[in-house]
Amino acid sequence: MTEITLTKKDFTSDQEVKWCPGCGDYSILSTVQSYLPELGVPRENVVFISGIGCSSRFPYYLNTYGMHSIHGRAPTIASGLAISRPDLSVFVITGDGDSLSIGGNHLIHALRRNVNLKILLFNNRIYGLTKGQYSPTSEQGKVTKSTPLGSLDTPFNPISLAIGAEASFVARSIDSDRKHLTEVLRAASAHKGSALIEIYQNCPIFNDGAFDSLKDNETKEGALLKMVHGEPIKSATHGLVHAGSSLKLVELGSVAESDLVVHDVHNPDPSYAFALSRFSNSKLDHVPVGIFRDVERAEYGSQVNGQISDIIAAQGAGDLKTLLTSGDTWTVA
Amino acid sequence: MAKPVVSLDQVTIRFAGDSGDGMQLTGDRFTMDTASLGNDLSTLPNYPAEIRAPQGTLPGVSSFQLHFADHMIKTPGDAPDILVAMNPAALKANIKDLPRGATIIVDLDEFSTRNLSKVGYETNPLEDGTLDSYKVHAVGLTSLTVAALSELSLTRKEAERSKNMFALGLLSWMYHRPTEATENFLKAKFGKKPDILAANLLAYKTGWNYGETTEDFAVSYEIAPAKMPAGVYRNISGNVALAYGLIAASQQSGLKLFLGSYPITPASDILHELSKHKKFGVITFQAEDEIAAIGAALGASYGGALGITTTSGPGLALKSETIGLGVMLELPLIIIDVQRGGPSTGLPTKTEQADLLQAMYGRNGESPVVVLAPATPNDCFEIAMEAARIATTYRVPVMLLSDGYIANGSEPWKIPDVSTLPDLSVEFAKPQEDFLPYLRDTKTLARPWAIPGTKGLEHRIGGVEKADKTGAISYDPVNHDLMVRARAAKVAGVEVPDLVVDDPQGNAEVLLLGWGSTYGPIAAAVESLRANGENIAQAHLRYINPFPKNLGKVLEKYSKVIVPEMNLGQLSMLLRSQYLKDIIGYNMVRGLPFTTAEIMEAAMEVLHD
Ligand SMILES: Cc1ncc(C[n+]2csc(CCOP(=O)(O)OP(=O)(O)O)c2C)c(N)n1
Ligand code: SF4
Ligand SMILES: [Mg+2]
Repeated sequence: MTEITLTKKDFTSDQEVKWCPGCGDYSILSTVQSYLPELGVPRENVVFISGIGCSSRFPYYLNTYGMHSIHGRAPTIASGLAISRPDLSVFVITGDGDSLSIGGNHLIHALRRNVNLKILLFNNRIYGLTKGQYSPTSEQGKVTKSTPLGSLDTPFNPISLAIGAEASFVARSIDSDRKHLTEVLRAASAHKGSALIEIYQNCPIFNDGAFDSLKDNETKEGALLKMVHGEPIKSATHGLVHAGSSLKLVELGSVAESDLVVHDVHNPDPSYAFALSRFSNSKLDHVPVGIFRDVERAEYGSQVNGQISDIIAAQGAGDLKTLLTSGDTWTVA
Repeated sequence: MAKPVVSLDQVTIRFAGDSGDGMQLTGDRFTMDTASLGNDLSTLPNYPAEIRAPQGTLPGVSSFQLHFADHMIKTPGDAPDILVAMNPAALKANIKDLPRGATIIVDLDEFSTRNLSKVGYETNPLEDGTLDSYKVHAVGLTSLTVAALSELSLTRKEAERSKNMFALGLLSWMYHRPTEATENFLKAKFGKKPDILAANLLAYKTGWNYGETTEDFAVSYEIAPAKMPAGVYRNISGNVALAYGLIAASQQSGLKLFLGSYPITPASDILHELSKHKKFGVITFQAEDEIAAIGAALGASYGGALGITTTSGPGLALKSETIGLGVMLELPLIIIDVQRGGPSTGLPTKTEQADLLQAMYGRNGESPVVVLAPATPNDCFEIAMEAARIATTYRVPVMLLSDGYIANGSEPWKIPDVSTLPDLSVEFAKPQEDFLPYLRDTKTLARPWAIPGTKGLEHRIGGVEKADKTGAISYDPVNHDLMVRARAAKVAGVEVPDLVVDDPQGNAEVLLLGWGSTYGPIAAAVESLRANGENIAQAHLRYINPFPKNLGKVLEKYSKVIVPEMNLGQLSMLLRSQYLKDIIGYNMVRGLPFTTAEIMEAAMEVLHD
């Protein structure tokens, strides 16, 4: 293989970035741009496909192939591309409204099929682009322009939803933690099949400080339950222990270190990852971050293409004349 | 003593029965045997929306009509000469279509008091004189079949199931159809179930022998082969012809065929057919809904495949936003709408042409697409390749409007010589400096098709308005006006052949102008009108957007233009608005194709008003 030496600059387009000052999208963009050279894929083989929303402007700022599509439908377009062009590395950029409201159906189906897509879900728990209505991840009681008396809907937990949709790779990271996000991107890229990465993203304009408890020096060490494969799952103050078939949060001093759950991202049982996902509540006082689940499962596109190559290997490539003259024919002289 | 044989020039047969009676299969087999005999033919399946409506009820009646002749024909026939009714419901549902003097064959065993009352017959129509003006053959199809199969180890129910083969055998005797093809078909179909195979073969043979030996049937009929152009033929339905045309387009263009689809009647058979042909590199993707189906097709097009989506009216509604994206991205995309009765769920298994305006205008913004419509089942093959040519040459979404009538109807098809198919090869943008993704070709106005994987052409596209040439996001008012007009001009400038007018005397005053599946009944009506000494011209539109360049001139030439459509006047509206020509619409929306007689009558009114 030829050595590809690209830099962050090679992946930066000439377009002026137009998010609001302080928007979490900036740091995610910068992290992704810095990570892409490491991906080791020629720039022309990288494609970013987004829906609609502030976050979905992302592809314009990357000097790769890109498509800013329509609201909620990026996984469909990306699926068609990834299935028909297995040589490409296809990323999906989506927001919490884009992927979980209008595009919820497409997200779950892309995940269950396990199409080779890396889906970056920018969760700011608000509709940014349309100026601040509550989203399907907003906490209940959220006061916004469209919910002056507080929102009534129970929010989605994107991680639980993805695991329920049979996702083979599910992770969570935070916009401001570039090192952590880079690690997660690395693992997602190594994974064959679809990967969903929920990224907590601050929207300083319409939902400022939504993730402060995970960022403030005073609270974050206690709030972030770090999931590292092969290591106990814990924050500075709390840890997880097995409780029957489920998991329980305990104060660190209350149990022996050896009783803590040792994280296994490859655990085939989805109920383990699902149990982990339930610790992220609206208050964000104990939030697991890292990779919830990373299991091997046949990738959709290679199966689709495998069916084709198998039948061609067995029967030879199709011949048009043979096809047209198949079945009952007769000759008029 | 051999029975007399009468020669006929054409016959229309309708097989009708419960949807579980296998009438579509019976009709299909009779059709194949008729095709192989060299008659010209045209078929019209008509089946209920419910898979198995309650047995023996009117909503559960399924039928299959076949018109065949010793000359070229255009339609499945206005009215049956002979009706095979497997139960009282089938008789009741179809009797109104039968002209007096027609022949009716019924399964006598099904005419029990219970079955009669199920469909509201208070007395038995076989006995009360209602059928006096028809030739009725009441045959115990069920009991004869069961008796014939008594030697086989089958339950009564299993034996009864072969009664459609008894009926097929009887009709095959009546019309001198060859039997080998059907016997081979049965062997292939039931090869793994020897009991069932034996039952079907025996029932088929017994039906034939019943015709030959009993006194009930005094004569049999012969229909000589039609004079058709020399060549190899097969029978083909519109949906299969579309699938073959798409595969041919993929082969002729060298592009991978990608179909994104969500099942919906009457379009699903295109998905089924294409799914059988993976060895052509065909990818079929059954998506989670119609939006995903077209999204995936568009994504595949973006990657350099021939992206196709197939659906029917309700699905087309869901695809609107993505079609608009296709217009904006200026990528090739083929959208096939096999129209059915609407609005909403409408009449899922019946035909209609009421999606024309949806196809033309059913999107936000100025969002022009190319619109094509095949005229016959055969035409589907060619028009699929035309759709591919236009989509890839001009990088536009192309809408192809078929309908339930063409999709399921079938006719003999002269198989084209593969070496004569058009070259559809395409050119992707090549690596270059200072690439401009929205720089238009001066002739076609198409922008480059620059597929991912091409070094140096990395660029971003999307649904937000794009600046001319560079393709950067642009909110500039002047640029938007320019781009809206450029997209419109591109579609308007698509090269399409001139409209051919059939006006043998050259001086007709009245023009019958159709589009889509009305071709058959219109052409048949014109033929009969001329045979009656009328002077009338005919033309048929396969290209609706853009219209053929000479259409305005054609409309000007005729003082009266009649446009029959299975909608409330949608093509009429387009013609009036574009050409300021008064159009005489002839419109019906009954879920059924026009009959030849109806179009003749409508034309006569205009010819002699
Ligand atoms: C079909 C359609 N409906 C509605 C909209 C308006 N709209 C644009 S973005 C958006 C929500 C965006 O929220 P999210 O996905 O969370 O993205 P964010 O802006 O927060 O990054 C809405 C409702 C649209 N563009 N298209
Ligand atoms: S509105 Fe919020 S999410 Fe959108 S760009 Fe501004 S800060 Fe970012
Ligand atoms: Mg959001």
